[in-house]
Amino acid sequence: MTIVTITLNGKTVNADVPDNTLLVNFIRETMALTGTHVGCDTSQCGACIVHLNGESVKSCTMLAASAEGADVTTIEGIGSAESLHPMQQAFHENHGLQCGYCTPGMVMSAIELVEKNPSPSEQDIREGLEGNICRCTGYHNIVKSIQAGAQMMSEQ
Amino acid sequence: MYNTTYVKAANTADAVSHMADGGQLLAGGMTLIPTMKQRLASPETVVDLAGCDLAGIEDAGDSIRIGAMTRHVDVAESALVQKSIPALAALAGGIGDRQVRNRGTIGGSVANNDPSACYPAAVLGLGATVHTDKRDIAADDFFTGMFETALDEGEMITAVSFPKVAKAAYLKFPNPASRYAMVGVFVAAGDSGVRLAVTGAGSDGVFRHAGMESALDGSFSADSLDGVAVESDDIIGDIHAAPDYRAHLVREMAKRAVAAC
Repeated sequence: MTIVTITLNGKTVNADVPDNTLLVNFIRETMALTGTHVGCDTSQCGACIVHLNGESVKSCTMLAASAEGADVTTIEGIGSAESLHPMQQAFHENHGLQCGYCTPGMVMSAIELVEKNPSPSEQDIREGLEGNICRCTGYHNIVKSIQAGAQMMSEQ
Repeated sequence: MYNTTYVKAANTADAVSHMADGGQLLAGGMTLIPTMKQRLASPETVVDLAGCDLAGIEDAGDSIRIGAMTRHVDVAESALVQKSIPALAALAGGIGDRQVRNRGTIGGSVANNDPSACYPAAVLGLGATVHTDKRDIAADDFFTGMFETALDEGEMITAVSFPKVAKAAYLKFPNPASRYAMVGVFVAAGDSGVRLAVTGAGSDGVFRHAGMESALDGSFSADSLDGVAVESDDIIGDIHAAPDYRAHLVREMAKRAVAAC
């Protein structure tokens, strides 16, 4: 067992967890924040993407212990149902989801993409989504959403 | 995942001593963690290197020295690497996806020597030097087979030095699903002639191709590779590509890499 202390969505949290606990399980099971999803067992789908010290990472592919001391932001930490993050608003307005399972990872991935590249081209967005898999949409509306989200983020 | 004991090493010496007790080094974890999740690896102890101060990129005159824990994103975005060895920055920027590049490290990739990984092609193609806690190993001596390297038990990579060369390029043909290189070719023309390394294709892992190197030493042009034979005897065959197709891709990607120089 290891005591893991992280800043989760701006709040300091800690828990004594088995050493093999993945960050995603720490978030979902220990901290009961189930917005971060697990869509595969092979580190390919990106549904589990969170921000670690401001950068997007797959939370299913690191140990919670490795995140000790880090600042972690999940989908719950970027907006609320009453006040969506501009990227969430853009997905909502552009029908950037169907079943919604991959959406938390898509949104977290997209936010970092736009923070690094405020006006991404369609090609930049498609390449930037290599780590995210959606099995419903065919990606077109997701790309459209991120273009709109980038615009909305720049206007904020 | 089987249970394990997590240890965070304070420095290189501490990591090496944990390794001597049977610990498995954890760099970025982009291979080790998925392998543990699949229960294909079950180390009793994982030794996290994140606190060992092994990340960083230095200009060492004729070469660039990259610390073992330097992440792919940092190599890709380094102004120094982009200016001195742009092919290396581009290679790092094409590994996996953004999330993999935000965690994965050069030391982890080189030590793992996955037969489809990109970095081994750069190390071998540029004739880099692999620094360990004990010695310096030339690229030509380092990669010894699929997932095999010249590292001794308990030996750890601390950095890799890449010589600056006049021109170099890396082109890969990514598997459409996994994005791993089905074939990747790194070609470099430096003071000691042309080096050409192939990843993704060799059944013993990354390899140099003497026939194409000597053709390019004669004339550094894509056309000079037209008549060079690439045998398929030791080339990987799987559901994605048969050996003869991969062998064809090797020459094709080599030609494109030369044209991109």
